[in-house]
Amino acid sequence: MENLGYAAILGQVVQQFVPVWIALVVTFLVSISFKRKLGLYGKLFDSPVGMIGFGIVMFWVFTAIFANQIITFDPLAQFSGMKNKPLGTVLANAEDGQFGWFLLGGDHLARDVFSRMVMGAREVLKIAPAATLFAFMVGITIGVPAGYFGGWLDTVLSFLANLVLAFPVILLFYLLVTPEIRETGIPVVLAALLFLFPIVFLCVLFNARFFTDPPKRNLYVGIVLVIGLWAYSGLAFNMDPLNDVVSWVWFSVAGQDTVVSGGVAALDAAVGAEIDSTKQVTRPLLFDDVWSMSPNMLNVFVSVVFVNAPTVFRIVRGIVMDLKARDYVAAGQTRGEGPWYIMLWEILPNARGPLIVDFCLRIGYTTILLGTLGFFGLGVAPDSPDWGSTIDDGRKTLTLFPHAALAPALALMSLVLGLNLLADGLREESLRD
Amino acid sequence: MLKFILRRVGLMLLTALVLTFVVFYLTNLPPNLEKLARSEGSVRMSDEAVADWIDQNGHSGSIYERYGQWLGIAPGWTYTDEKGVTRGRCFDAGDDPALAPRRCGILQGDWGYSTFAKKEALPYLGGMLASTGWLMLWVMIVMVPTSLLIGVVAGMREGSRTDRVLSTFSIASTATPEYVSGVILVALLASPVTGLSPILADWGWIDGKSLFLGAASPDNISFWSFALPVMTIALYGIGYIARMTRASMTEVMTAQYIRTARLKGVSFGQVVMRHALRNALIAPFTVIMLQFPWLLNGVVIVETLFNYKGFGWTLVQAAGNNDINLLLGCSVVAVFVVLVTQLISDIGYVFLNPRIRLS
Repeated sequence: MENLGYAAILGQVVQQFVPVWIALVVTFLVSISFKRKLGLYGKLFDSPVGMIGFGIVMFWVFTAIFANQIITFDPLAQFSGMKNKPLGTVLANAEDGQFGWFLLGGDHLARDVFSRMVMGAREVLKIAPAATLFAFMVGITIGVPAGYFGGWLDTVLSFLANLVLAFPVILLFYLLVTPEIRETGIPVVLAALLFLFPIVFLCVLFNARFFTDPPKRNLYVGIVLVIGLWAYSGLAFNMDPLNDVVSWVWFSVAGQDTVVSGGVAALDAAVGAEIDSTKQVTRPLLFDDVWSMSPNMLNVFVSVVFVNAPTVFRIVRGIVMDLKARDYVAAGQTRGEGPWYIMLWEILPNARGPLIVDFCLRIGYTTILLGTLGFFGLGVAPDSPDWGSTIDDGRKTLTLFPHAALAPALALMSLVLGLNLLADGLREESLRD
Repeated sequence: MLKFILRRVGLMLLTALVLTFVVFYLTNLPPNLEKLARSEGSVRMSDEAVADWIDQNGHSGSIYERYGQWLGIAPGWTYTDEKGVTRGRCFDAGDDPALAPRRCGILQGDWGYSTFAKKEALPYLGGMLASTGWLMLWVMIVMVPTSLLIGVVAGMREGSRTDRVLSTFSIASTATPEYVSGVILVALLASPVTGLSPILADWGWIDGKSLFLGAASPDNISFWSFALPVMTIALYGIGYIARMTRASMTEVMTAQYIRTARLKGVSFGQVVMRHALRNALIAPFTVIMLQFPWLLNGVVIVETLFNYKGFGWTLVQAAGNNDINLLLGCSVVAVFVVLVTQLISDIGYVFLNPRIRLS
């Protein structure tokens, strides 16, 4: 075997992405054939810009989903003799069944740049959309009443939002995302506060709509509370009650020392995060928690939500202040509808256009923020394949071996570009209504 | 107008007070102080020794009191050890405490001693800010005219081919954060092995190994060392300002008075230059002012990437070395910059917009 030329590298890379191509083709075929029935999503396929953006975004989404099939090597493994090797180098002392080349070269620790880039997509897409969604929940829950009621509530909330916005983002990250902060438990407190918002939002939403029909209301609010609080205790406090209850029952029936799985601690060790040694002692677990987040990830997640929420608040507040002067709101007030019903079931659906557009833009911005965190080595495991840290690793040898930093840089750029184009397409199509 | 400005300034001071307290609280958390103690004393200090060090260096006591000391409204701490040597916030060990001022905080101009720079924090920060000032100056010189030009040309004829091309460029540039564009620019223009430089060197067009330099320093400001950092910071801002300018320009171009002017027979160029431009540039002014906080982020990334010793580099070093006084100083500067630009943008908006000014 010999080193590959650029055309051959391109061919091999395209071949590795086969699952993604298939998924993309299926998505587009299905979407285009049913586009008249799919509302705003379907209209996206009338706009070339939106279609290109959607294609790029879905490319990375499918890459994240099929990452295990796409990667050619373990993204954390080091291979002797492959340090800083250029694109398409043959793997030194390859064993049988191993992939033959480092398609995009090796980095300064002799790891495969291609596999790290692919795995990086999964790292980013695991956090960015969810964090953006939480930021929106927080922003909407406080922004809608602030815009609708105005007065001192608005003044106080706006002051708080401006307070957070006046912080330069990087300074805030340097203060909030450190191992020392994790010791003090501040991220958990912040998480406890921020993760409450989605539950409150959904409860108020269903209560406002169905309070005239108590059985239905109780059902919906009950479902939200059970699932919400279950996820809440798992995510914010890393204590999945289901796991505790089941494990407790299991151990009391079968005896303490039959099964002790490592639980989250083992999972963390596998992804290279810090091992929480106290967990195994205090919580004998039967299986991994359904809802859980490593302390590292919780810290990053909470900080990103915290940075994004005030901007969403401002946008939502502005839209609501504009919409509350409309006739249909006055009509609702005259009918005697409650303020929460008007806010959440009449104003909010009418604000969805700009909010969906901003949601796409904000996922892109969150991706940039996550990259910034990785770039400064904040809150990520040292050998994590996320794009920001890979760029940071690569920049030390940038002038001599640029490929290690270029691959994740271009990947990040294309994802954010795709999201921006998608937002642009959505904006165009929603304005056309 | 005066009342408006006074209210804004009052709100600004309140914000600054709350923000500095938050930073003070976060930098003075017990684990941070322990880390500081170990880096200042020795790494193998016992827990008791760490507690003693914290106690003897004025880091114990209530957080409000310490914040007051830092601010300069509470008397500075003093400590007399068993040998009878007195140390304190406002004087060096061995000096006579009676001669030192009672209060010394940020209000008295004492920003504390930087453990990282081994100097007083204020003059050190001043020097670093001057370096960053040069960088920012060139960023502004490049960024503002470019983005306004792109925005105005794109918004002049909405939907034209020029508009589409320029809008795509703006979207692409907002999708490229500094750490990505910096990496790409260095790989293209400042690497001796890839991009343009090896080709140019091959042709004998450049003397050195690379076209531009991959590092910059405040002592040596030249086109070849500054071009890449300035481009990197400016690129991210250009797209954003250009999009805002374009939006504002398209809005103005559809206004009634523009149509009237066109129907009167004024040429298109005259309409744009004389009638549209002035109204279209009000909104971008606010945006440019509010871009300063973003530029601060860009500065931190670019100074780290190009190893330029300025404000952003200092912030990273202060945070990395847990230098509390320096980090607090950095945040005061950063918060000040953000709040002042907000104030200027608000006041400027009122001044520039005759509809608000005259009502």
